[in-house]
Amino acid sequence: MGLVLLIIIWLITFASTYFFIAKTWWLPAGASAAAAGIDHHFTTTFILMGIVFVAAQVSLGALVWIYRDRGPSSSKVTYSHGNTKLEIVWTLLTTILFVGLNLMSSSIWASERFRPAEVDAVRVEVTGMQFAWYFRYPGPDGKFGATNPDLEDASAGGEAALGLDTKDGASKDDVVTGTMVVPVNREIEVILRAHDVIHSFFIPTMRFKQDAVPGLAIHMHFTPIQTGDYEILCAELCGLGHYKMHGMLKVVSQEEFDKWLAAREAEKQ
Amino acid sequence: MATHEFAAQESHAHAAPQGFVRKWVFSLDHKVIGLQYYFLALAAVLVGMFLSLLMRIHLIWPTLALPLLGDIKPETYLTLVTMHGTIMVFFVLTTAPQGGFGNYFLPIQIGAPDMAFPVLNMLSFWTTLLGFIVMIAAFFVAGGAPLHGWTGYAPLSAMQSTGPGEGLGADLWIISIAIFCIGALMGALNFITTTLDMRAKGMTMMRLPLTVWAWFVTAILGLLAFGVLLSAGILLLMDRNLGTSFFVPLVTINGQLTGHKGGSPLLWQHLFWFFGHPEVYIAILPAMGMCSQLLSVFSRKPIFGYKAMVYAILGIGFLGFMVWGHHMFMSGMSPYTAFAFSIMTMGIGVPSAIKTFNWLGTLMRGRIRFTSPMLFAIGFVSLFVSGGISGPFLAQPVLDIQLHDTYFVPAHFHLIMGVASIFGIFAATYYWFPKMFGRMMSESMARWHFWFSFIGTYAIFMPMHYLGMAGMPRRYSQLTEVTYLHGLIPLQKFITYAAFVTIAGQLIFLVNLFWSMFKGKQASDNPWEATTLEWTTATPPPHDNFGGHTPVVHNGPYEYNVPGAPRDYVMQSDPEIGPAH
Repeated sequence: MGLVLLIIIWLITFASTYFFIAKTWWLPAGASAAAAGIDHHFTTTFILMGIVFVAAQVSLGALVWIYRDRGPSSSKVTYSHGNTKLEIVWTLLTTILFVGLNLMSSSIWASERFRPAEVDAVRVEVTGMQFAWYFRYPGPDGKFGATNPDLEDASAGGEAALGLDTKDGASKDDVVTGTMVVPVNREIEVILRAHDVIHSFFIPTMRFKQDAVPGLAIHMHFTPIQTGDYEILCAELCGLGHYKMHGMLKVVSQEEFDKWLAAREAEKQ
Repeated sequence: MATHEFAAQESHAHAAPQGFVRKWVFSLDHKVIGLQYYFLALAAVLVGMFLSLLMRIHLIWPTLALPLLGDIKPETYLTLVTMHGTIMVFFVLTTAPQGGFGNYFLPIQIGAPDMAFPVLNMLSFWTTLLGFIVMIAAFFVAGGAPLHGWTGYAPLSAMQSTGPGEGLGADLWIISIAIFCIGALMGALNFITTTLDMRAKGMTMMRLPLTVWAWFVTAILGLLAFGVLLSAGILLLMDRNLGTSFFVPLVTINGQLTGHKGGSPLLWQHLFWFFGHPEVYIAILPAMGMCSQLLSVFSRKPIFGYKAMVYAILGIGFLGFMVWGHHMFMSGMSPYTAFAFSIMTMGIGVPSAIKTFNWLGTLMRGRIRFTSPMLFAIGFVSLFVSGGISGPFLAQPVLDIQLHDTYFVPAHFHLIMGVASIFGIFAATYYWFPKMFGRMMSESMARWHFWFSFIGTYAIFMPMHYLGMAGMPRRYSQLTEVTYLHGLIPLQKFITYAAFVTIAGQLIFLVNLFWSMFKGKQASDNPWEATTLEWTTATPPPHDNFGGHTPVVHNGPYEYNVPGAPRDYVMQSDPEIGPAH
């Protein structure tokens, strides 16, 4: 029985580890400035935790086999209540490992989340509602116009879904879209809102996830560094259509972005 | 102190009941109440497992209509998710290890005739059962059971108009949890008082079996955590039915104003997770205690580092209340607090690692007997390591950005709080069944059950880590809407097939359980040659546990292979083995 246990535990351990190392299924390729740092730390954590995982499982398998009851030929059981020195050693080692890992990742977290977006960041307001994302650009005046819950018409989509108050001067040049278009290599400031329940704005390739919470306007930022189309998902259970609350992020060159935004402005006039 | 303890026991003694109803239904006997909790949990786990099976089927065959149920609609899928999680967490993982085995064996292991408050004990069970009935009723009311997930995040859970199932079904869901909390609070008081006041002469705190330590600390966690959840539940009910706005700001549903304003959705999350994280330890601590116990018994060796194990249980319990914010890194909570919650969470890895080292240390230089309880205890260690190792990924906010709300999270918590705890329950069942029913369970069926469960668990939950890293969100009823998820569907298929096999393996357990009750081999009083007090008494134990006498304890709980002793174990009630040990 001891040998079977050893074989099964080792097999499970090595098979599981193989798929991590072979990266058969892995993080989607990163396309934001923060992705490299996050992925690097992911790998560091993976290597350290992987060593602990393999060491613990391999020891478990080996110990149950070596110290199995072999009847009269068993070696003598060591009567021992433990070893204080060893306890202290492994307490210290694990403390160093866990706190060390934490400190390493804290600087990345701080650089992402402890500072506001740069002043020249491209600002996009993202609003989640059952079950769609809407994106609003402030237009040439740089100001988002007022919205009014009384004016909301969800079925009409676009501006009406957001309840944009067209009487407000600042709202005249606001552009509302169902696809998020941003220029590459510029910091994007995202202002997250939700109308009804909590949603979560998740762009896996940007290593970006943040809940959109009704009653809050949450300011976040990220910098896409590669042009392309990227899928946007909702990551917080928001109701029966949660699975199809899907959007697209198009990262384009600055020129294309300017052209696109100008065209939307022109449509509005 | 000793005389006082003895007096406490005398004053709590009660006569053996006559008649079926007082003996088996409204029983005051902790052993009967323990069995009642156990079978309640067994009923609940069958429901919970059936729901998970439906989820797995729907995920890979989304258009398949099921017998009786018809088409699974997206909202039906979310109902399955919600009820599976709620039933498993409350009525299985909290109920079986603590209410079931804790009730049955804590008094016997400390040498007491019953719990400190037998009437309160009976009330705890009947309250819990009422909670379960109300929870099941949610399936059958108009609109059906709620879809807001076991975490019940407001505002989704706070208004009827947010989706199907959010009407009466959601009210019943909250009421059921509130009732459960009341039962759990009564139980916790009883466990704490019993452990502190009812110990037999000589049963000092540092001679308590680690199972008792685990039940004791679990009860303290329950006392502190369930009160908060109960209050939060009442506030949520008020938001839903009395027009208050504790958790709901000004929101519109489908463009319509709801009349709420000024509340905070994050407040619910804080209150919920202040309960929810300690709840993880409420589920796993008793399993840790059982695992420690069994590794020592079946390695025929004292537990490695008893004191360190006690301090680790206390450390985990204490830190468990400091880390709730790690569920909320992406919630809009201040990013500065994330730093603090993260470091505390990583800190909880330290006592967890100590326990793992000590379990391995216990096996080392032992003489391991591969009995069925031991197999599950070894399986527990393996699962505890595998489930624990993904913790430091989720505990670091930068990595949680990618992993939060993906399959990585269910992979993590199913391994550690779900299946590892269930392995604890299985181990305890195989171990204590002879004491409870006077018969042995079939070892060969138990072995088959172990291999199905152990390999099956890994086949189900290890691939979920890969899905999570690849960015598959959890709680999606269909995987076809997002293009990059298409490539991951084969892995989902594999998981469903693995679930079929694993669930089939559980039938072996059910057969073994009921078959052995009537047909199992007669058990002796101490079939495992173990040392704790439950093995000193008759099988099954008499109404007052020790047949009229109160045991006196002279030794620690894990004295195996003591040099010079006549046999390879020294019972706690045997004459003292001397200061040298």
